Amino acid sequence: MPVLAFLILFPFAVAFILFFMKKDSKGRSVIATGGALAELVAAVCFAADNFLHHDLTMGTYYLSETHTADMVIAAGELCLMLLVFSQAIKHHKYYILFLSALGTIPALYLDLTGISETSSAHLKVDHLTVIMVLIVGIVGSLICIYAVGYIRDYHHHHTEYQDRSGYFLSMLFVFLGAMMGLISSDNLSWMYFFWEITSVCSFLLIGYSKTPEAVTNSFRALWMNLLGGCGFMAAIVFCVCVMEITNISQLLLFATIPAMAVFPVAMLSFAALTKSAQMPFCRWLLGAMVAPTPTSALLHSATMVKAGVYLLLRLSPMMYGTYTGIMVTVIGGFTFFAASLLAITVSDGKKILAYSTISNLGLITAAAGCGISEAVWAGIMLLIFHAVTKSMMFMSVGAYENSTGSRDVEDMHGMIVRYPKLAFVMTIGIFGMSVVPMGMCVAKWAALKAFIDSGYVYLTLFLCFGSASTMFYWIKWLGKIFSVSRESRKHEDTVHRSEWAAIYPLTFTAMLLCLVYPIISAFVVNPYVQTAFNGSLNRLTAPGPADDLAGSGPELIAAISTEDFVIMGVMLICMCILPLGMKYVNTVQERRVLSYMSGFNTGNDRSFYDSQGEEKEQFLSNWYMNEVFGEKKLLRPCLMLTSAFLIVIMTACTIGGLFI
Amino acid sequence: MKISKSPWLLHYDGSSCNGCDIEVLAATTPRFDVERFGIINTGNPRHADIFLCTGGVNSQNQDVVRQIYDQMPDPKVVLACGICACDGGIFKDCYNILGGTDTVIPVDVYVPGCAVRPEALIDGVVKALKILDEKAEKMKKGEYRSLTSDEYAEKLYGDPQEAVPEASASGDKEEKNAG
Amino acid sequence: MTVYGTVAVIIYLLCSPFIACFMSGVDRVVTARMQGRRGPSVLQPWYDLAKLFAKESTSVNNIQKILVMAHCFFAIFSGAVFFAGGDILLVFFSLTMAEVFLILAAYSVNAAYSGMGAQRELLQMMAYEPMILLTAVGFYLSVGSFRVEDIMSASLPAVVKMPGFFIGFCFMLVIKLRKSPFDLSTSHHAHQEVIKGLTGDLSGPAYGFSELAELYEEVLMLGIVGLFFITSDPRSFLAAAVAIVIVMFCMSLIDNIFPRVKWETLLKAAWVVTFFAGGANLVILSFIS
Repeated sequence: MPVLAFLILFPFAVAFILFFMKKDSKGRSVIATGGALAELVAAVCFAADNFLHHDLTMGTYYLSETHTADMVIAAGELCLMLLVFSQAIKHHKYYILFLSALGTIPALYLDLTGISETSSAHLKVDHLTVIMVLIVGIVGSLICIYAVGYIRDYHHHHTEYQDRSGYFLSMLFVFLGAMMGLISSDNLSWMYFFWEITSVCSFLLIGYSKTPEAVTNSFRALWMNLLGGCGFMAAIVFCVCVMEITNISQLLLFATIPAMAVFPVAMLSFAALTKSAQMPFCRWLLGAMVAPTPTSALLHSATMVKAGVYLLLRLSPMMYGTYTGIMVTVIGGFTFFAASLLAITVSDGKKILAYSTISNLGLITAAAGCGISEAVWAGIMLLIFHAVTKSMMFMSVGAYENSTGSRDVEDMHGMIVRYPKLAFVMTIGIFGMSVVPMGMCVAKWAALKAFIDSGYVYLTLFLCFGSASTMFYWIKWLGKIFSVSRESRKHEDTVHRSEWAAIYPLTFTAMLLCLVYPIISAFVVNPYVQTAFNGSLNRLTAPGPADDLAGSGPELIAAISTEDFVIMGVMLICMCILPLGMKYVNTVQERRVLSYMSGFNTGNDRSFYDSQGEEKEQFLSNWYMNEVFGEKKLLRPCLMLTSAFLIVIMTACTIGGLFI
Repeated sequence: MKISKSPWLLHYDGSSCNGCDIEVLAATTPRFDVERFGIINTGNPRHADIFLCTGGVNSQNQDVVRQIYDQMPDPKVVLACGICACDGGIFKDCYNILGGTDTVIPVDVYVPGCAVRPEALIDGVVKALKILDEKAEKMKKGEYRSLTSDEYAEKLYGDPQEAVPEASASGDKEEKNAG
Repeated sequence: MTVYGTVAVIIYLLCSPFIACFMSGVDRVVTARMQGRRGPSVLQPWYDLAKLFAKESTSVNNIQKILVMAHCFFAIFSGAVFFAGGDILLVFFSLTMAEVFLILAAYSVNAAYSGMGAQRELLQMMAYEPMILLTAVGFYLSVGSFRVEDIMSASLPAVVKMPGFFIGFCFMLVIKLRKSPFDLSTSHHAHQEVIKGLTGDLSGPAYGFSELAELYEEVLMLGIVGLFFITSDPRSFLAAAVAIVIVMFCMSLIDNIFPRVKWETLLKAAWVVTFFAGGANLVILSFIS
């Protein structure tokens, strides 16, 4: 318990200190870095302790008597509401008042009247919690460390913005604490409180630079997340008043009779969809990228959006064969496909990453919606790999931007020669996101099998089309990195030390994960999935996977057999040999020739003689196919389609859940 | 196995009247069918073994000819097809013409004719194949490497700085200057 | 790995270039006859390949060659996994990986035609990938396993349950084997508008490696065509061989009678076929299984 309390409260304390350290100083860097490190160590210790000393299968419960804490939370909620009110009034966004009040007032009412008071535990730690604590603890903390150097560089480049870096760093820590609270809460009201903190935090971070664009985007993020919050609140009210339960684990007991819990599950899923930026709510995450909010973009992609899919994965056992399940799978699958098409058409590095995040979260969402054990296995694996790989990608793009002033993929030309270290990291990241022996693709593979087994045929189609288009945008990015111009030479990168301190461990983790995921699967994911889908909930009819599930040894669940793992290991080793082979091949003397430009190469591979005999610079651009899949052409219809679908299903679930 | 079993050919059309080019294409038609010798008309110097030039070399395309030639991997042979490619032909005295192909790159086989007949062309290619095999044989022993266009220019004109010969030094230019 | 699998892999590794060379030799002769020409010797592709390895090695930069070699390695590797009776999805994934390396090799030279070829190849991948993955899904639904070994020991040929997948797969084969309407990124025909695009800046042995990879890939692809027909009954191998011959003949025919299309048409056609042929069959299969 003390470690858990430390994990949640310590970041808030650090945030409090940082908030008052306005000036950039060595002391502040030390506090921020040290705080993040302490959090990281605590997260690892917490995980290790739980593995060794607790029975995670049943879950460990904490805090049954919480009258005082409840009051503190009620006060916190009130503060959040007032903060949102003041910002909304200041910027004349009055609809925000309504959304905020709609979510918060019932919460206050429930807290103050004591209706929701309960003797059941408020915090619960099981396998999934531990996984999330590790993700948030390691990735989130490394991001905070990275931010220390990054924000300094950022203000160095953007002198036009007011330097509020102390405030920025403190917000990051608040965020970290809230995430820790969210994933360890079992009580729905507590979860809601942390949920709202992350919403408000992201709002403040997106609006950091105070430019009109940033303000617009921040309010977009706020209203979407508050809307989700209202859905969350509706679920809580229903749970407390009708079903007379307060905790998510109690809600999960209804999994065998899902008809009883249609309404709260639908509402919670709705909230999760907004949080994890699924269509039609994907625009807030895109906005978070476009707005000049540096590291926060990263924090959102790597951690905050994970809150949504975390909730969905928790609720997954209740979704099998329900309308909510259909809603979640269709939205998720469609988002995976549509967002990957949209990612083809953009060239801004961070925007590609944003679309890719949306797309991958769509896949996790779809997996959660299937409601069968191997889909959840795939979902959790995707979550782990995605968090690590994506944050690594974000960091390297950010570092590249600080070094060269551009984050456009077109400007990453020949990076492998100019910035070999960053190019190496990015290559690992892109391989990790797209090709097979690396993590993401393995999880995708498992997801494919799960989709077939669960009988959701359309998901299989979405997945096949989606992964084809995913390949396109990743490999063309990788191609840019590999385009070597003659006579280009290494540039000195100005990447800050603290940035490397975060990038290297993540790169290492990403590579390590490809080798050790069977262990993670056997000791963490499999036990969780088994507990969540025990007894009658194990709906697998196909003989293979169920057998795998039963074995608690190192045998992997679902699609990937030990044999496949060995083959992939061989592939991975071959890939590692590649850079070494490069050295050997280059020792063989060969004649260097000019690249082919119909004989008009001027001699440096970079320019050619035009029809007037003058030298003309050659510029090779990637394909963006805007006239086919353009953002302008595709985004709006996609949003409308998904909105209509969402409204229909939500209405059905509300009417069905409330009145029948 | 002989390298001449698979001769891939690059056709470059210099300053010509296109008569020879038509005949080169004619050689690929069913009537003559050069593919029965394994000959393929690739459009790419990197894949080619035989450089087939038609038309003369002028001051604008000389660099192109040289560059394409340099991009071909060894062993390689150059075929000058048609009288213009052999020595400039009817265009010889034009202000912009340098002469035949051999003014910029080493030529192995000269195939005369205006325009060159497909039969003569195929005959020329078959002759070139013998040379190609000889070169391959020597190359295997490490005795041979074909000249780069720079080395060739140095051999012909001495100083590589003056590798670019002045366009036809005769009357035209002086007249132009006078005018 | 079973004894059978080991033998199959060894045969695959040793004989594929010969088999594939012979097949494309026949293809060239057939093509020539269709055009009223005599055509080259059947051994011509083999001469071509041998010549490429005898030529001088030149390159534009120092990573080009290793990338092509990686391409070749992974292409051969995926075939080996297939003939060893491994997971068919893994075969496709590793094939994709091989393709990625070739694309990177083309990107690395940083030249207009290679670059264009690389983009088009990416697009081609995007076009055929869904159908290829769906084919694996189809095998899983009809036989109950992704493993080639299990698919081969089924009692009923897979094609009976998955005719739609078969048609779709053959359609993608036209793209994959670089046959005429869809040979956008690079082509077997001498003249192509992007000067052999993808492989345009490879020469000598490096080009040889990419050709070699293609030969292995061809054998793998035809193996998959055969897989649609093979059952536990040994006579089915004959049926598979006949099917392969028919498919190859159709490929030559298509190659000869269609002009090259634009990339929009390619993408649209491939996805429409995938959706209707593959998707419809998928829905039906998931209902009956």
